Amino acid sequence: MTLVKEESGGEPEGDSGEEEAHEAYVPSRRRIERERYKRSRARRATAIAALSTLVTGIVLYLVVVNAPGWPRTKETFFSAQYAREAFPKVLEGLWLNVRLLLVCGAAVLVLGMLIAVARTLRGPVFFPLRALAAAYTDFFRGLPLIINLMIVVLGVPALRLQGITVDPVLLGGTALTLTYSAYVAEVFRAGIESVHPSQRAAARSLGLSNRQALRYVVLPQAVRRQVPPLLNDLVSLQKDTGLVSIGGAVDAVRAADIIVGRSLNYTPYIVAGLVFVALTIPMTRFTDWVTARMDRRQAQGGSI
Amino acid sequence: MHLAQRALRRAASTATVALLAVAVGCAPQPEEKASDKPSGSGAQACAKGELDTEVSGKLTIATDEPAYEPWFKDGKPLNGKGFESAVAYAVAKQLGYDKGDVVWQSVPFNKAFAPGEKTFDFDINQVSISDERKKAVDFSSGYYDVRQAVIALKDSKAAKAKSIADLKGVKLGAQVGTTSLDYINDVVKPTEQPAAYAKNDQAKSALKNGQVDAIVVDLPTAFYITAAEVTDARIVGQFENQGGTPEQFGLVLDKGSALTSCVTDAVDALREDGTLAAVEKQWLSDAVDAPVLK
Repeated sequence: MTLVKEESGGEPEGDSGEEEAHEAYVPSRRRIERERYKRSRARRATAIAALSTLVTGIVLYLVVVNAPGWPRTKETFFSAQYAREAFPKVLEGLWLNVRLLLVCGAAVLVLGMLIAVARTLRGPVFFPLRALAAAYTDFFRGLPLIINLMIVVLGVPALRLQGITVDPVLLGGTALTLTYSAYVAEVFRAGIESVHPSQRAAARSLGLSNRQALRYVVLPQAVRRQVPPLLNDLVSLQKDTGLVSIGGAVDAVRAADIIVGRSLNYTPYIVAGLVFVALTIPMTRFTDWVTARMDRRQAQGGSI
Repeated sequence: MHLAQRALRRAASTATVALLAVAVGCAPQPEEKASDKPSGSGAQACAKGELDTEVSGKLTIATDEPAYEPWFKDGKPLNGKGFESAVAYAVAKQLGYDKGDVVWQSVPFNKAFAPGEKTFDFDINQVSISDERKKAVDFSSGYYDVRQAVIALKDSKAAKAKSIADLKGVKLGAQVGTTSLDYINDVVKPTEQPAAYAKNDQAKSALKNGQVDAIVVDLPTAFYITAAEVTDARIVGQFENQGGTPEQFGLVLDKGSALTSCVTDAVDALREDGTLAAVEKQWLSDAVDAPVLK
């Protein structure tokens, strides 16, 4: 986050006309000297950092490669043959993770927002709704996800209800949505409550109803503020989609599991791990970009 | 200037310390054996009760938790009941360790094969011997010839299957890391992707719930499940051995373990004097034959 800030917030976006003097500015000799000195210090710091990174890297490499168990570890965790075998299977499984992420992600956002709004409603008449929403978030945030999945994926079909699916993927997706919408509801609620009361007061004094104030003034500010934690939850959800394999569905990790079990070689796990990381990095960059953009918007005219 | 020098000095000192650490790390470890072959068995090597075990004078045997019937009884390997518990104690006796000198350890299936220091002497956990797995661990000789069987609910269409071809259109499931799953993928080759479960318990639940039509487990487990756990299921049939060689369970030892040859000798001796057959009869006697699916 801060990295992006330094890059973009360091200099104001565009020239703002007020700051320009009438005469062209000529930097003094002292200033030029000072800047040159600063640059040389920066160069030196970079060189030292590069050198120490290189040394650290070499040392770590040597420690690992000269470890007594390295040949066997290499064969067990970094075997090219098993990596080649596992990669297509892992990708096939990853498609399930991605589909779950998209569907559950959308459902979680909608449900989470509804619960958050229900919790922040004012007026005594809404008490049961508020209490229900609070109970829901308390329960599903506290319940370990794996147990939630067990109950939904293996318990619901045991009821033998007509018209209820027994598909482990659908059931697993439902369990994920239940847990994550509780998390996301709390994120939204924090966002709604972080909007300054004066905003609501101003909206009301302009003649907006409670609902309109929420819809047009409070929520837009709240959602914008909550983007980073929301994306954080999304990345977390992406990794947890793999847990639906509890019901027998084959996701990326389970696909790796199958090969590991047969061969007792752990390389497929490494492959699956790297594939997940590769999927998370673009999302993280996207989060940073959104945050930076919002910072720029809020700090129009440059940061102080 | 002196600032940079200090930084450089620091870097150099760090490097020195690290290199020292490397040097220490390189020191050969007595436990590590470069040879892939287990050491030749001599009369000396397998002195009764005096093997080079993890804990001297004790034999540490690992298995997964929970321990399932009919391999173990009441989930307690200690009681000597159940086929694998009995085999473990028979092997221990053959190696010269009394019941009191046997220590059980619970080690998850996957962890038993991870490289690195082993905390046990051997692992007994219905692990099938295969050439591929021999690259990662040592096996004793086989102590049980195992067959894979298909279970389905009595009223399902899968229960009427008479051949492997009849199972092609059926939703099958099995536990991950088992040869059962390999049989589904390599022998049946079903049209629908088989379900893979972390534990047999989940496979049983899925069968009960109708999330899969049939599951594949080894034959003794199949008899136990249909007799005691999922009573409205029945054994549809068993598979023939792939490639004509019988599939066998073996004891798992660390790759290049000094004990492999002694443990193998013990298992061989137990097979020859009929102990294994007797134990099998005692604990797996209901594992009579099921129809063979061709």
